[in-house]
Amino acid sequence: MSESILSVQGLEKHFPVTKGLFKSQVGAVKAVDGISFDVRKGETLGLVGESGCGKTTTGRLITRLIEPTGGKITFEGHDITHMKQGKLRPLRRDMQMIFQDPYSSLNPRHTVGAIVGAPFRIQGIQTEQGIKKAVQDILELVGLNPEHYNRYPHEFSGGQRQRIGIARTLALKPKLIIADEPVSALDVSIQAQVVNLLEDLQNELDLTYVVIAHDLSVVRHISDRVAVMYLGKIVEVGERAGLYSAPMHPYTNALLSAVPIPDPKQREGRERIRLTGDVPSPLNPPPACRFHTRCWKAQEICKTQEPPLAELAPGHAVACHFPENAPSKTETPATVA
Amino acid sequence: MTAPLDVSGDELKATPESVAEGAGAKAIQGRSLGQIAWMRLKRDKVALTGAGVIIFLILVAVFAPLIVSWFGHPPNQFNQDQIDTMTMIPKGGSGISWDYLFGVEPVNGRDLFSRVVYGARISLLIAFLATLLSVFIGTVMGVIAGYFGGWVDMIISRLMDIFLAFPVLVFAMALVGVLGQFETQLEVKGDSLRILLLIFVIGFFNWGYIARIIRGQTLSLREREFVDAARSLGARGPYILFREILPNLIAPVLIYATLLIPTNVLFEAALSFLGVGIQPPTATWGGMLAAATKYYTVPHFMFFPGMAIFITVLAFNLFGDGLRDALDPKSGR
Ligand SMILES: Nc1ncnc2c1ncn2[C@@H]1O[C@H](COP(=O)(O)OP(=O)(O)OP(=O)(O)O)[C@@H](O)[C@H]1O
Ligand code: SF4
Ligand SMILES: [Mg+2]
Repeated sequence: MSESILSVQGLEKHFPVTKGLFKSQVGAVKAVDGISFDVRKGETLGLVGESGCGKTTTGRLITRLIEPTGGKITFEGHDITHMKQGKLRPLRRDMQMIFQDPYSSLNPRHTVGAIVGAPFRIQGIQTEQGIKKAVQDILELVGLNPEHYNRYPHEFSGGQRQRIGIARTLALKPKLIIADEPVSALDVSIQAQVVNLLEDLQNELDLTYVVIAHDLSVVRHISDRVAVMYLGKIVEVGERAGLYSAPMHPYTNALLSAVPIPDPKQREGRERIRLTGDVPSPLNPPPACRFHTRCWKAQEICKTQEPPLAELAPGHAVACHFPENAPSKTETPATVA
Repeated sequence: MTAPLDVSGDELKATPESVAEGAGAKAIQGRSLGQIAWMRLKRDKVALTGAGVIIFLILVAVFAPLIVSWFGHPPNQFNQDQIDTMTMIPKGGSGISWDYLFGVEPVNGRDLFSRVVYGARISLLIAFLATLLSVFIGTVMGVIAGYFGGWVDMIISRLMDIFLAFPVLVFAMALVGVLGQFETQLEVKGDSLRILLLIFVIGFFNWGYIARIIRGQTLSLREREFVDAARSLGARGPYILFREILPNLIAPVLIYATLLIPTNVLFEAALSFLGVGIQPPTATWGGMLAAATKYYTVPHFMFFPGMAIFITVLAFNLFGDGLRDALDPKSGR
């Protein structure tokens, strides 16, 4: 359980911003700016942050759809950071990605059978009773009618399309699945079904997940650990219980307060924190603590010194000068004065 | 529409139109986008009319000798008996009769019906083959530019700009003129050489439009998540190009090919009109129009080839528009 399947260290992706005929670089979008985390075998890591904070980019870096500009990615003991695509091919069977948009992730010109069967064809894998049988088994597994084999994606609803996408990732029996906002494009009524499906599949097939979401409620149910991202950096990471009950980073607090609480008793005594201002541009992120432009606890130090991601409680790390709910080693400096 | 389509049956609310349509039949066989486009096209009366006219024109072109043997006279045969020897214009003004359905030409009395029918051959042959050539070059160039990007795209895009800005008409006139000299020198006779040359000139200088459209489409397709999905499965370049991207380009290629044909019909007519196309006595619509300008007192001479061009261009445009609406309903009205 504790053995790590994926390890990310100081991962960076700076998209160059070019200008003019000669493409001179005038800046860089720091979409992912030095993040580190481990994913242990069999667990689900939730990766949460507002739109544009670099979640998809992180997923695409890990699956090596784009080339990292810095850092290191280790998957099952292999350093895949800059591995050649040819060498990467066999490893790809073990690591798959579910895409954010079920409408653009399925080729409209291919049948469901062709889409879900593509992994076998691309990887040149022989199946015992033919690809068709294998595909139909997988369709059944994800709750689709196997007889819909010859149908086209446009004949399905969003939720069904996402199931087709999930079926495709399962074809090669991967070990790790990166699910990029698997439900945010879906109706609320269908979201739970797809999340439950992911959970069932995890138990059945021994999967490890990195589930990306833009709010904390979606991953609460499914995650063992949660990492919170803000503008290309991880600001807090911890076990689910600790992170939800005692969030340390002000940003996590703000995100949590936006999550509706079903239990009215618990709802009392918690004030709703409203984040003011827009997310700053990753092209020109604020110096030091990137959250200081929107943080209600910000002090001078936050604008000059970057808070390191430090483990304040066992398995619970936060990058903030004035964390909340911190186990009182020393009282937080904010209240000392 | 509550028929349970799906065993999991949980998302019926969001069932898209096409599934709902097929619900009664309970057909599991899926309907491809092409089949759906065909169904839409079948409901479009205007486009169907266009298609009907196009088919008719093609049949006329293919069976021109047969049609002419039934309803006309050899296209290059002089029928002096139809001409008023005093005025040199057709007897009765136009010479239209059951024998000469479209009347006859002034002076030499050639059968206009036969000439219009034979003109369809040249017109359609050149337009089709020239379109094929531009579509082929344009698609290949567009896909390469859009897919590979970078400096390849840069070079091809500049090339497109050059071709789009090229004064094709002037060039065509010059080229055909030069060739005319060679023809006499080398004593190469016949229309085939001219036809090939026209196909080349019209086709080769028109690929820019299609290339530009296909490049744009390829660029946007390349960014779609299904391409990422294929890549994350380990697919290589050719697989992505041929299996993922090309099938999505068939619709735009078809649409723009259909819309390019009438442009090329007009282009060929213009070249023949200017005298740099197919040479007389071979019948072409543009050539007949040019000849007719000298005889404005006999309007039927101009009317029939003019109508032939007009109807052909209109039919292709109507069909092309209908095809676009059917294949890509978003871009429609
Ligand atoms: N190919 C690219 N070139 C330049 N900038 C990019 C590219 N891809 C992403 N970005 C930028 O990187 C930042 C992070 O993008 P990313 O798609 O990772 O965000 P996200 O967290 O997934 O957001 P969302 O919730 O909207 O999906 C954004 O500012 C985006 O504009
Ligand atoms: S470091 Fe300062 S600005 Fe940043 S989150 Fe903590 S208190 Fe807010
Ligand atoms: Mg995203």
